[in-house]
Amino acid sequence: MSAVVSAQNLGLTFRTNDGDVVALSDVNLTIEKGEFVSFIGPSGCGKTTFLRTIADLEQPTSGTLDINGQTPEQARKARAYGYVFQAPALYPWRTIEKNVALPLEIMGYTSAQQAERVKRTMDLVNLAGFEKKYPWQLSGGMQQRASIARALAFDADLLLMDEPFGALDEIVRDHLNSELLKLWERTQKTICFVTHSIPEAVYLSTKIVVMSPRPGRVTDIIESDLPRARPLDIRESPEFLAIAARVRDGLRAGHSYEEAV
Amino acid sequence: MSQLQFFLALVAGGLCAAALALSLVTPFEQGLLLKAFLALGFLSLIRFFVPLGLWADGAFAVLGAVAVLTAIGVFAPTPAFFWMALIAAWLFAWLFVERLSKALAPGLADNAGLGLLIPIVFGVTILVAWEAITRAGNVPQVILPPPSMIWARITASVPTLLADFQQTFLKAVLIGYALGCGLGFVVAILIDRSPFLKSGLLPLGNFVSALPIVGVAPIMVMWFGFDWPSKAAVVVIMTFFPMLVNTVAGLNASSAIERDLMRTYAAGYWQTLMKLRLPAAGPFIFNALKINSTLALIGAIVAEFFGTPIVGMGFRISTEVGRMNVDMVWAEIAVAAVAGSVFYGVIVLIERGVTFWHPSVRGA
Amino acid sequence: MTRTLPLIIVLIAIVAIWYAAAIGLNAQWQNDVYRRGDVTNVPATQFVLDTWNQEKPVLPTAHQVFGELFKLTVLTDPTKPRSLVFHAWVTFSATALGFVMGSVLGIGLAVLIVHNEAMNRSLMPWIVASQTIPILALAPLIVVIGFNIFTGTFGIPTDPARLMSKAIISAYLSFFPVAVGMVKGLRSPEAIQLDLMHTYNATPNQTFWKLRWPASMPFLFASLKVGVAASLVGAIVGELPTGAVAGLGARLLAGSYYSQTIQIWAALFAASILAALLVIAVGVVEKLVNRSMGARPA
Repeated sequence: MSAVVSAQNLGLTFRTNDGDVVALSDVNLTIEKGEFVSFIGPSGCGKTTFLRTIADLEQPTSGTLDINGQTPEQARKARAYGYVFQAPALYPWRTIEKNVALPLEIMGYTSAQQAERVKRTMDLVNLAGFEKKYPWQLSGGMQQRASIARALAFDADLLLMDEPFGALDEIVRDHLNSELLKLWERTQKTICFVTHSIPEAVYLSTKIVVMSPRPGRVTDIIESDLPRARPLDIRESPEFLAIAARVRDGLRAGHSYEEAV
Repeated sequence: MSQLQFFLALVAGGLCAAALALSLVTPFEQGLLLKAFLALGFLSLIRFFVPLGLWADGAFAVLGAVAVLTAIGVFAPTPAFFWMALIAAWLFAWLFVERLSKALAPGLADNAGLGLLIPIVFGVTILVAWEAITRAGNVPQVILPPPSMIWARITASVPTLLADFQQTFLKAVLIGYALGCGLGFVVAILIDRSPFLKSGLLPLGNFVSALPIVGVAPIMVMWFGFDWPSKAAVVVIMTFFPMLVNTVAGLNASSAIERDLMRTYAAGYWQTLMKLRLPAAGPFIFNALKINSTLALIGAIVAEFFGTPIVGMGFRISTEVGRMNVDMVWAEIAVAAVAGSVFYGVIVLIERGVTFWHPSVRGA
Repeated sequence: MTRTLPLIIVLIAIVAIWYAAAIGLNAQWQNDVYRRGDVTNVPATQFVLDTWNQEKPVLPTAHQVFGELFKLTVLTDPTKPRSLVFHAWVTFSATALGFVMGSVLGIGLAVLIVHNEAMNRSLMPWIVASQTIPILALAPLIVVIGFNIFTGTFGIPTDPARLMSKAIISAYLSFFPVAVGMVKGLRSPEAIQLDLMHTYNATPNQTFWKLRWPASMPFLFASLKVGVAASLVGAIVGELPTGAVAGLGARLLAGSYYSQTIQIWAALFAASILAALLVIAVGVVEKLVNRSMGARPA
């Protein structure tokens, strides 16, 4: 196995009018190919910032970060990852299939390739039949599925997801979580997933990165030994609860530090 | 029945009763329709015992309007009961509109065409009152000619009006509008890449929008001569800044998340512009196009007040006012009004087609 | 500083382009002058200076325009008809009178429209439609006819009659934006805010003064700024038709009759300064109102 993401002593400090804010401090992390890694922590812990740094949307101020052995900028230019934002960010003037085809147009795929890939990814996220609809004609859950299809369309091996289901209700969320696991199983992609829900993180991940704020840093990295095939009721099993308890402990440890300040 | 409706119904019926009594002194066969309307209006008072449908009030209003219009000139001098009939007809129209708008679903503009009926009733009421007052009241034509006379003037002067329309609208307005909007758009795209130019030009553009730019008309007439190019130049200057300011604002309208998305695709400047920022700027650009459609017409007409060859809408208005041919002025204004609203309407139709996705268009 | 620097540089660039354009546009006339005067071998600097200081240039330069402005405002007795302050005052009084009339009317109509559904459905489509037609075209009609009615029928002396007829144009130009903006403003409270007033069993009057009116203030001032600018345009255009001898519009027209380009430009700049002052004045009132309503100073 080779490292898809590798961070050494990574730090990022934002300069603001109220002084410097340390968003990331001394982050060391390696993500192997095919892993499903969740980042969890309270707001301000730098989990989204770390994801954005991988995506070259933020520039680190110290340390090194390699994506597939390249710099983040090279990786971005090589279209090494698909990014799913908190909001679907579908363009309202494009139909769903045109939205999924957007990255393909930009990357210069032929229209035959575009049609083939749009169909394949639309099937993958169970949106077949909604190709000609506009985003505002779809429910929130379907919009977010379309944005996942858009991230999958150009077959990047790395999928970065920033609280993709945060704005959805719990029923839709459970459903999309189990679909996401199946998708991961089928496509063998490496997934980095930001969340603030403990059950979601434990249910999805092979590795859970617990982070805490001020300064944003990693407090615990938990390797999950749950089986890859995960029915929804695995969430009541003792193994699941044990991992969830460890995550909660990690979060609490970060918290007490904050209160001690 | 609300307080207002009660009051309107009472006064309308009462007025009809009083007017009917007053009209009895004239020979029976004189102004029969008017008297029939007054009698029916008097009978409408039974609504306080038997409910009357709102369409009955509509029918009263229509009957009253027709009766009043046909009775103009029948009685000389115009008797008091004629004016009372006019007021009663107006009150019936008001009552009808009041009841209809209560019956319509609130918030829905259309209601299967019924919503459209109300402004039409209002417009027709104004026209009828205008016609009746100016003609029966012997208002001097110099002050306000009746609509029928304006219409007669329009149909009698089609060639003149057409020539003026061609000179002012088809040449000065359309050419100036296309040039001004096009130039504003291109300059906005050009300065888009330079934050320095943007922060330098935008306050200026906003400031200019408050200035009386039509004042440049005499200068343009001196530079470009009396014919339409000088008017088109005024239109160019008037339409340039709204388009510049709106396009620049529109290009910044896309959200941070949408721009980040393009960045994750390593999309270039032009790809981001064509696929994201220009479509997102659509509503802003159309806003400028709509503002400019009115500004262009104003600019061209006012510029003609400063001198033209002997054709053009603004020229006609200013010279015919001088000659006290007020009906011709109104005819010209009617043409300008129709041209202005059609111009605007066409742009709105295009906007609906292009920015169909925007919440303001799809009604979300 | 970082915000004003680009503006200053752009302004400097505009002035530079202005002077460069003046050389080109005025060159032909200057060459004619030299030819008639049999002047040859004019040094380039002399030529440039001459094009910048003609008496009736195609494009007067900034120092000529501002020199004229200075001469006609500071150095001239403001009661004399030569003074631009005098003309600006004539235009301003019509603008202000019309603006106040139009705004009061617009606000009043907006209140009626918001409270009566029949009014709303009858009037709103026409008010919106009237924004698409060039109502300014009516100006000459109103000035001439209105003037005749005021002097003839009502026997008002000519000066107030002229002021009134110009003010009417200003009034109807500011009326429409204020009415539309105010309807939008009075409707801006959200459903939950109206529901809250409803739970208090507030009277329509209380709802109006405690919720709708304060909520409409930003909309009111935005449309007042548009309205005051429109009022000024109305007053200026109202001074164009026959008879007017005073006012910035009359100065523009007189300048264009006698090809007095410097006079036209000076009147144009005076009108622009007046417009800016009017908009700033509305802005100051807005700030005061905001402060009295407890808004955070921005």
